[in-house]
Amino acid sequence: MLSSSLGRKVVMALTGLFLVMFLLVHLSGNLLLFKEDGGAAFNAYAHFMSTSPIIRVLEIGLFAGIIFHFLEGVSLLRKNQQARPTRYAVKSPSSATWASRSMGLLGGTITIFLVIHLADFFYKSKFATPEPGVISVIDAEGTRDLYAVVREAFAVGWYSAVYVACMVGLALHLFHGFQSAFQTLGLSHRGYALLVRRIGLLYAIVVPLGFASMPVYFFLKSLN
Amino acid sequence: MSESTLNLTLKIWRQKNATDAGAFVTYKLDGVSTDSSFLEMLDLLNLQLIEQGEVPVAFDHDCREGICGACSMVINGRPHGPERGTTCQLHMRAFRNGDTIVIEPWRAKSFPVIKDLVVNRSSFDRIISAGGFVSVNTGAAQDANCIPVPKPDADEAFDAAACIGCGACVAACKNASAMLFVAAKVSHLAMLPQGRVEREARVLKMVAQMDEEGFGACSNTGACSAECPKNIGLQHIARLNREYQRASLLTGK
Repeated sequence: MLSSSLGRKVVMALTGLFLVMFLLVHLSGNLLLFKEDGGAAFNAYAHFMSTSPIIRVLEIGLFAGIIFHFLEGVSLLRKNQQARPTRYAVKSPSSATWASRSMGLLGGTITIFLVIHLADFFYKSKFATPEPGVISVIDAEGTRDLYAVVREAFAVGWYSAVYVACMVGLALHLFHGFQSAFQTLGLSHRGYALLVRRIGLLYAIVVPLGFASMPVYFFLKSLN
Repeated sequence: MSESTLNLTLKIWRQKNATDAGAFVTYKLDGVSTDSSFLEMLDLLNLQLIEQGEVPVAFDHDCREGICGACSMVINGRPHGPERGTTCQLHMRAFRNGDTIVIEPWRAKSFPVIKDLVVNRSSFDRIISAGGFVSVNTGAAQDANCIPVPKPDADEAFDAAACIGCGACVAACKNASAMLFVAAKVSHLAMLPQGRVEREARVLKMVAQMDEEGFGACSNTGACSAECPKNIGLQHIARLNREYQRASLLTGK
């Protein structure tokens, strides 16, 4: 089943919806960045997330989800491009949304973002040797000051701008991807298709907006 | 509506045969009645070409009443032109005097060009041969109440059965995917008692054939349904997905 075009789309839909759930968890935890306590709550949360064995197991699942979504996406993109070797001379304005026709491009943007994001935060929070200029340890339990890393990173204007731009890409990807996943899983019916689309739209606005507010918040804070 | 005439510039894809590289050729055509159909306009051009001793433009056409789906051409970037429906039902009043009209064949690996605007859609036939039928003789029409079919099911099956296999869905899709076509056929048969018996084997075989023909996968953009001359809806694609997943889970294939 999983080798057919329909089966591969099921893999895309399931991993996509799994990543959709992850984004919600990731966002809700990161909202602690807005707590005005010098980062104590956020650092404690980050420490728990990087040491808990349960989170470790979930993390493996998360990376597997990302990798499958990426590889299957690239492979489908290639298959789809091969299906039309000669392009049309005239391209009329399509009735389909731009986002739905550009999932590969948007996915590519998110992939580049992920590489930057993981290198700058995930790696530093877990693997980098604590040293000045990289990350510091703030207590005997080995809690790392990830809050300071976030604050410093987003004080740089262009870096924050890249983050915000990538979140626009994520928003468009989710706008189509959310409802597309339900359609692929056959969970679409005239009775509730509109509801799924509306929830997808709400999700595609709220979640990326929440993430984008973080670089904006720290950048504005750095100006004062 | 009063009749008037149009002077047009036509850019038409000319390709001698399947192996020829092909190119656009520009023609001037004057005095086209706004009441003529798009295919009649092409007839007029071909008369002009024959008189000039040139090879007429090859294009598929049969019924010219909107039910055969033969007229496969992309007009100014849209399958079957600017209106919903087949090319034969498109009238020249949809265009303006002095317009340039670009006419191309369907573009898909699975629909190779035979000549000019004619493409080979045998891949659709092979998908149907793979399972798009009821393999036993179900006899003469039953008495109306012998086989109860709920009215909504009958309506939905009939809507799907309206598919004429023209290939506009493939032509419109950015992935040249045949999902809407296969969905219409699977949906139509799976919703009726006669077709339900073989629903698992049918969907598995038809999807396997669709993949083998080299059509793209479905990105759920909805471009197919928007161009479908028979208004086949996207809910049939959702049903195809359900049918396929159900069949895979039940048969382990």
